[in-house]
Amino acid sequence: MSNMLEVKDLKAYYGPSQALHGISFSLAKGGITTLLGANGAGKTTTLRAICGMVRAEGTVTIDGEPVTGKATESVVRLGVGHVPEGRGTFTELSVEENLRVAAYTRRDKAAAARDLEMVFTYFPRLKERMDQQAGTLSGGEQQMLAISRALMLGPRLMLLDEPSFGLAPLIVQEIFRIMRRINEEAKVSMLLVEQNAALALDLADHAYVLETGRVVMSGTSADVKSDEQIRKSYLGY
Amino acid sequence: MATTMTTETPANGGAAAETVPLSGLRRPVSKWIWLGVIFAALLPLIGGQTGLISNFYFLQLSLMIVYSIAVLGLNLLIGFNGQISLGHGAFFAVGAYVTAILIDRYEMHYLATLPPAMFVCFVIGYLFGRPALRLEGHYLALATFALAIAVPQFLKYRHFEPFTHGVQGINIFKPDPPFGMPLSPDQWLYLVVLACAIVMFIVARNIVQSRMGRAMMAIRDQPLAADTMGINSARTKSITFGISALYVGLAGALHAIIFEFVSPDSFRFELSIAILVGAVIGGIATLSGAVIGGFFVQFIEKYADALTKWVTSTVHLPIHLEPWTIYGIVLIVLMYTMPMGIAGGLASLWRKIRPPG
Repeated sequence: MSNMLEVKDLKAYYGPSQALHGISFSLAKGGITTLLGANGAGKTTTLRAICGMVRAEGTVTIDGEPVTGKATESVVRLGVGHVPEGRGTFTELSVEENLRVAAYTRRDKAAAARDLEMVFTYFPRLKERMDQQAGTLSGGEQQMLAISRALMLGPRLMLLDEPSFGLAPLIVQEIFRIMRRINEEAKVSMLLVEQNAALALDLADHAYVLETGRVVMSGTSADVKSDEQIRKSYLGY
Repeated sequence: MATTMTTETPANGGAAAETVPLSGLRRPVSKWIWLGVIFAALLPLIGGQTGLISNFYFLQLSLMIVYSIAVLGLNLLIGFNGQISLGHGAFFAVGAYVTAILIDRYEMHYLATLPPAMFVCFVIGYLFGRPALRLEGHYLALATFALAIAVPQFLKYRHFEPFTHGVQGINIFKPDPPFGMPLSPDQWLYLVVLACAIVMFIVARNIVQSRMGRAMMAIRDQPLAADTMGINSARTKSITFGISALYVGLAGALHAIIFEFVSPDSFRFELSIAILVGAVIGGIATLSGAVIGGFFVQFIEKYADALTKWVTSTVHLPIHLEPWTIYGIVLIVLMYTMPMGIAGGLASLWRKIRPPG
């Protein structure tokens, strides 16, 4: 069985400066892999490189299909739900319209409608706020909306960029619980980028630690968690 | 507009509890709007036959509606897609010339010239938009500015003179109303223009509420996130640019017919700015704002000079007011008091004064 995501020797550039210096990692089908590291380690850039949002070299294969050099919308259409840094709320649109934008690529309207029902079972709070302008939602609700939008794409793989960012601990726990359910019930593989290493290692099965655009350490979450030196030098807890 | 709220607010208090209306979307068309439209359609009967409204005023009203269509087109681009254009006067000119040339040289029926004018503008807008929309903000502003500067010169170009008549422009004649209707040509054209505007507003409303419209607004609010929704940004932006040019081109074509004349100097750079001012003053990202914007372009701007003189003489100002002073003052006051445009300002005023419940 091939991996859901296979990244080999990925390099990425912002203009003249190189942000990733050849990183490699993989994500098993149905698994959750987390990328950890400090600010500027290249976590967000990795997600963007997978999605074709930055200039990148190397190979990225999603479920056996090479995607390097493809436009973002083509990668998305392969079933990649990117939950972007800062949530990317369409602030002037209502919650419902945000979700409908996410169904943009769906040809099968009945399946999209079923997915909408599924989204509401995970996030009933969004159903209550259907008509509300999305920019007026709380941070936690906007994060839920961002995840829901990615779900509306009917994804096989979700790329989650710091879903805990700027949220109260209770909300973060709720969101991570739901992410686990989505992974188990909807069989969505996840690549999770997090600053909050303890939280991410609890959810993920594999972890890669990045530093200035390179993988410095990798292993199962349990290994990474138990390695005290790694914890102290890279994860800071 | 594109900022994301990242502050945590309590789930059921503060800003989170207040529902803000969504740019006039999704609400059913108010019966007042339909009453207004019916009244406008009956004006030639009410005002024309009784002699209350002269042909001159019907011409003025037609021009106002024409500018509303143009402002609406620009608003689709700026308000709903978040792109800027300082050059839409160019499409106004192209639309006007296509119609004028087809009538003058090919003796086409004036109504039959409207679809080609719109089509040509859509294609030019799309093709211009395709490379230009890689540019953002200031750079796009400059590129479109260049378009506004170039087109009038282009129309004067020697080798096009058999078609364009160069700097002299093209005279066309106002058509008579069909079927021996008891209307003056101005009254008839007013109805034609009004009908076009109604159709174009309904189309615009359907666009912004459609899949395409949501994609346009998603790009405006969060370009990167829009990409992650599988939206082809470049294509959506170019098509929006084309649609926007189509609207402005139709406005230009209608302008040519009711004004009976086109010349390169009617479509100078100021026209682009006037349409832009109309869009901002009327209210960006509102459809009703386009009507107000059209009113502003036609009346405030055209009469600013006269108004300045009138104010000077009636209140015996001790200082000498230059022409356009009133226009400038009105613009500044409006932008300070109604930063969301007149439509936005009126909407928030209504929310304050409306009876509870």
